[in-house]
Amino acid sequence: MSESVVVPPSGQSPKSSTIQEAVIRIAGNSQDGIQAIGGFLARLAGRSEQDVMTFMTIPSTISGGPSIFQVRIGSGEVLSAGDEADVLLCFYDHSYANHISSLKRGGIVLYDSDHVTPNEELLGAYHHVGVPISSLTVEAIGGTGRDKGKNIYSLGLLARMFDLDVPKLTKLIEERFGGKDPTIVQNALACFNSGYGHQVQGLWETFHFQHAEHGGQAQVVMSGNEALAFGLIAAGVRFGAGYPITPWSDIMELLRRELPKYGGTFVQTEDEIAAISMALGSSYAGRVAVTGSSGPGISLKTEAIGWASMAEMPVVIVDVQRGGPSTGMPTNVEQSDLNIACFGGHGDSPRVVLAPASVEDCFYTAIEAVNIARKYSTPVFILSDQGIASRIEAFPYPDLEKVCQDISPDFTPVADHKPYDLAAADGITRHLAPGTRVASGKYPVVTGLEHDELGHPTGSGKLHSQMNTKRRNKLRKLADEIAVPQVYGASEGHVLLVSWGSSKGPIEEAVKEARKLGEAISGLHLKHLNPLPNGLEAIFSGFTQVIVVEMNDEGLYGYGQLAAVLRARYCDPRIGALTKTDGLPWKVKEILNRALSVAK
Amino acid sequence: MSTLTAPLPRTTSAGPAPELLEADRQALTKKDTAADHPTWCPGCGDFSVLALYYKLIEKRKMWHEKICTVAGIGCSSRFPYFVQAHGAHFIHGRALPFATGVSLSRPDLHVFVFGGDGDAFSIGGNHFTHTARKNVKLTYIVMDNQVYGLTKKQTSPTSPIGFKSKTDVWGSTDRPINPMKQAIAAGATFVARTTATNIPHLLKTMEAAMDHDGFSFIQCLSECIEFFPGAFDAANPRKGGAFMEVPADHDVTDEYAAYKLADAEGSGAFGIFYQVQRPTKNANEAKLIADHRPKVEGLADWQILKKNFDRMK
Repeated sequence: MSESVVVPPSGQSPKSSTIQEAVIRIAGNSQDGIQAIGGFLARLAGRSEQDVMTFMTIPSTISGGPSIFQVRIGSGEVLSAGDEADVLLCFYDHSYANHISSLKRGGIVLYDSDHVTPNEELLGAYHHVGVPISSLTVEAIGGTGRDKGKNIYSLGLLARMFDLDVPKLTKLIEERFGGKDPTIVQNALACFNSGYGHQVQGLWETFHFQHAEHGGQAQVVMSGNEALAFGLIAAGVRFGAGYPITPWSDIMELLRRELPKYGGTFVQTEDEIAAISMALGSSYAGRVAVTGSSGPGISLKTEAIGWASMAEMPVVIVDVQRGGPSTGMPTNVEQSDLNIACFGGHGDSPRVVLAPASVEDCFYTAIEAVNIARKYSTPVFILSDQGIASRIEAFPYPDLEKVCQDISPDFTPVADHKPYDLAAADGITRHLAPGTRVASGKYPVVTGLEHDELGHPTGSGKLHSQMNTKRRNKLRKLADEIAVPQVYGASEGHVLLVSWGSSKGPIEEAVKEARKLGEAISGLHLKHLNPLPNGLEAIFSGFTQVIVVEMNDEGLYGYGQLAAVLRARYCDPRIGALTKTDGLPWKVKEILNRALSVAK
Repeated sequence: MSTLTAPLPRTTSAGPAPELLEADRQALTKKDTAADHPTWCPGCGDFSVLALYYKLIEKRKMWHEKICTVAGIGCSSRFPYFVQAHGAHFIHGRALPFATGVSLSRPDLHVFVFGGDGDAFSIGGNHFTHTARKNVKLTYIVMDNQVYGLTKKQTSPTSPIGFKSKTDVWGSTDRPINPMKQAIAAGATFVARTTATNIPHLLKTMEAAMDHDGFSFIQCLSECIEFFPGAFDAANPRKGGAFMEVPADHDVTDEYAAYKLADAEGSGAFGIFYQVQRPTKNANEAKLIADHRPKVEGLADWQILKKNFDRMK
């Protein structure tokens, strides 16, 4: 989009420009349905083969409060939700005041002139377009629903402004609101059409997205939490247990709703400890189960996670991270649960930790987590975060027939069985589901006590050492199986920016920007955090500095949580940290500026 | 490694799975079902419960593989090691939610949970309430000795006022829990009381509990001869006490009568205090599945998922 000075053109009708991408920020209150506008835009982009990413903030208060939804639509690759908005749609004075600075200079602020009084001093900096959105909405639907529907009215305005595909949007609105009461969809369409048909005074420019080409491949559009939950279903998980907590609840709600169709069950338990205990009971009964939470709940689950590690019971634990410690910042993003995921609990309790990087990755990471849990008979953490959980992205429609798997237990009798067999060729524990007959008549016990090969308690220090070795070595074996990650950019240079989790996109975008400026900066994304993949030291050796970019505190000794792990692992003084805990996703500019200052 | 193509090995033991015929099976005797020698002190009441568990398995012709023995932490919670069947020794206080996971996933198994008063009513108190209210199909036998034995004589939630322990050297002052009242109030559908010293009664109660379709709870008085000897003499005729059965005219479906019975002075009554039929969590979940399945009839799992994904295009 142009960054022209705010001077009205001489012509009569607005000029039309073709654009590659746009960042639209919608600011209002959480009850205004602004997420719905963002959702429609994202879904439309998905159906138009465009890339899309969204970012939203939600108040942690009960009955609403200021909230935003930002959507970035592009005809090319979209790596982040965008640092600055091209268009700001705002409903109230507070939305205007708090978000005008997020608009790029010369950008368009489309405001509800029924509620917003623009700041005179800013008229020259931004292109102000006022529309009495509230009163026009009331007019459009005959005043029955007050200004409810102004979100859809605004969607109509945006559709005109960006020359959006009206038949597709109409279909989306019909799908969304088409229910028992036909007046709802009628009102929604009335709002939309009225907004679309409104002759906006003072709008000098309209836009048209360049045609996107994804080779005709269909896309799906969903949030990270949805993708994660569907990934678990695809992986064959049919039992889960959880306790409500933001931002994990969406996942349990979806599983509760969907699993019965597959013959499965999700139980809302009395507390977090019961949730993991029940999931472990179900895993023991023969099929990997899931539990999940956010930070405070994970703290409560740690004793049972230790049991899973000791008993070598497969289970998937989802941690949708938020700001901590304690109740912390329930609706803000942070990556400060890496330590508890990797090391939480007493004793030596090895477990696997994976962190998805995007919405699409949530889907496939869920499947990988289930497979690792089964293959290595181990608890596996999926370390998502609030940033991915709520953001909406489009991604290629998965080959569901190929990825969906059946992991039902096999009850064929066996001759004999030792779950904790120290002589096992692959060194990995195998559990028999109860219900399986053992011809020798010797039945296994799964236990949290140190045990012998059959699972019976032992006080032998020798066995304890052997079993500790066994539990640890299987994860070393897993590390051998993990692909060495690819460097983003050149494999040698000045600075290597290391990312994990939802920071991948903005970091890669920062790398792209930096390389355009001629800087020798590359990126490396780590998805497998425990165990780490092999071969990282060779990658690090190509750079003068290795900077781990993460959303957590630099701690007592000046390093973020992953940076501290990498320093301990590689004893490499080149490893440094770039951390923050402002509760917001990384802006590309933030990373770029810090990386450039290091590169100097 | 997004998908696993090769099937996982099931067991590390060599040799093919033998052909085992159901018709050839004989009822399992103690010889078949006894595993490790119990770690309990000689004279511990828990031995009776174990012996009668073997007896129950024999009498009711249950098979090793269809029994799942679950426990938390404590002296009595060592139970799974002493039984030759699939078993799980879980963490302190959480045996019930673990067993719920087993029960809800596997309707073909008999799920028995064993534990003590600390595991059940102190650290696991929350789970006791909620497993009862959910009416999960399983049998829970609490060997109540009114003291912490494994950690060597601390006050338990059922210790009587005045009980001298290492944590209450002047005698405990906190009002003890009444497990029977608690179970009834929480919504348990089978609530019974027995004692380790009355063998026929104990077996009869365990059988009735096993036959109950729902959450069946037994409080079994089980003396800790080491740290609380004589605790239950008043209910033991061999020690000069009186064993009082639940009156023949007691209506087990009358919640208030059951509550009143649970409030009796002295050593109390023995037998089934309360028993009603209410849909189990297992049945409720099965119904939910049965209601949903016709909507996706004939579809493979991936096709069900595709219906969702098509809506998200």
